[in-house]
Amino acid sequence: MTTPRKAVALISGGLDSLLAARLMLDQGIHVEGINFYTGFCVEGHTHAIRSKDKSKPKRNNALWSAEQLGIKLHIIDIIEEYKQVVINPRHGYGANMNPCLDCKIFMLSKAREWMQKHDFDFIITGEVMGQRPMSQRKDLLPVVIAESGTDDRLLRPLCAKNLTPTLPEREGWVDRDKLMKFHGRNRKPQIALAKEFGFDDFASPAGGCCFLTDKSYSRKLADLWRAQNSKSYELDDIMLLKVGRHIRPKPNYKLIISREEGENRFLRGYRKSFSTIEPESHAGPLTLIDGDIADADIEYAARIVARFSQGRAAEFVTLKVNHGGIEKRYTVPPLPADDIPREWYV
Amino acid sequence: MSKHTLDARNLLCPMPVIKTQNKVAELSAGDILEVTCTDPGALNDISSWCRINGHAVMASHESKEEVQIILRVGD
Repeated sequence: MTTPRKAVALISGGLDSLLAARLMLDQGIHVEGINFYTGFCVEGHTHAIRSKDKSKPKRNNALWSAEQLGIKLHIIDIIEEYKQVVINPRHGYGANMNPCLDCKIFMLSKAREWMQKHDFDFIITGEVMGQRPMSQRKDLLPVVIAESGTDDRLLRPLCAKNLTPTLPEREGWVDRDKLMKFHGRNRKPQIALAKEFGFDDFASPAGGCCFLTDKSYSRKLADLWRAQNSKSYELDDIMLLKVGRHIRPKPNYKLIISREEGENRFLRGYRKSFSTIEPESHAGPLTLIDGDIADADIEYAARIVARFSQGRAAEFVTLKVNHGGIEKRYTVPPLPADDIPREWYV
Repeated sequence: MSKHTLDARNLLCPMPVIKTQNKVAELSAGDILEVTCTDPGALNDISSWCRINGHAVMASHESKEEVQIILRVGD
C-alpha cells in the first residue's frame, strides 16, 4: 500500500477553501489545514464583543470547516510578522487599507515553510481566478507564485483547469480531470458543488473575512496612525478599532464610547490601561480616553460622554473620571447633539 | 498524568484556541488542562479544536463572566 501524498490547505472558514480541501480528500490525499490569525480577522471578535450578535452561532468557521472535512487544523498566530504586510505593503493597498496581494504572498510563504517543515508535498488554496480584484487576478497569480516561492507545488483545485498543470497534476498525485474550471465572480458553481457535497451551513460565500477591507475600520486605522504620527500598532490598538464610537475632539486624544452592554463588558478589560469616563447618575457607556488628554479638556470630554448616556435630556449628569490613577467626579450638562461635529466621528 | 491550567481570559477568539493549542503541544498524552476564558465563543471553539485534534473535553462550565473547559490530552 502506498503512502498517500500530503497537502496543506489554507482554510479561511469560507466556502472556497472548504470545497478545495474536499476535492483533494476525495482523491485520497491526506489533507491538514492551516489558518493564519493576523489580528484583523473578522472571525470571532464581533460576535464575542457585541451583545446584539448573540443570535449568531458562536463558532470559528475555520474550525467548523475542519470538522466538516474531518481534518486537523493548525491555527497559527502571525500577528507580529504580519505587521510589515499591513504597514508597508510592496504592492500597495486595495480600496481600503487591505494589502490583499501582499497578504496572499505572505500567507503562501508561511504555508510553504510549514509544508517543508512538516514534510508535506503541496499546498492547496480555494482561490478562483478572477474572483477578487487584487489577489486573484489572472495576471497576478504568477506573481503570487513567484514571490511566495511556492513554485509548482501550489494547486488551486477550484480553477486548476484554467491554469498550467502543477507538480501534483503532472506527477499523477491528483487527477487533473477531477479538478474544477471555475473563474470570475459568479458563485453559482461553488454553491452547486457545496450542495453536491452536502455542505449547507457554510459561512458567507463571498468572504469578507478581514477588517482591513472595511471602509469604516480602515478610516479608524488611518486616524490612529495620523494621531500617533507613525505607522505602527499593537494588538490592543487594532482590537479597540473594532469596538464603540470613536470621537476625536482634538488631535491629541479620542474617546472610545461603548454602544451597548457587550462592548461595555469588553472595554472594562482595558480600564487599567486607559483613563476612563463612566456616567454615575444615569445609565451610560463606559468610555476609554485614548491619547494624552489635557486636564482642562476632561470636563468637556465628560460632557460628550454624558450626551450618550440615558441622561442626555437631563440638566446635569454626574460622571466618574479616572485619569492618571486619580478618581474624580464631574457634574456637567450633556453636550447638545449639534455641538458634536460630524468630522469628530472617526 | 499531570494537571495544568491556562488563563486565556480577556482574549478573543481565536486566541484562546491558539493558546490552548500551544499549551497542549508542551504536554503529554493523558495530561489534564483546565482553560479559563472570558470569550463565550471559546467553549464551542476549544471543544471543536479538541474533537478534530483527538483530545477529549472532560467537562465545561459556563458562568456569566467566564468559561472553563477541562480537557484531556490525546495521543
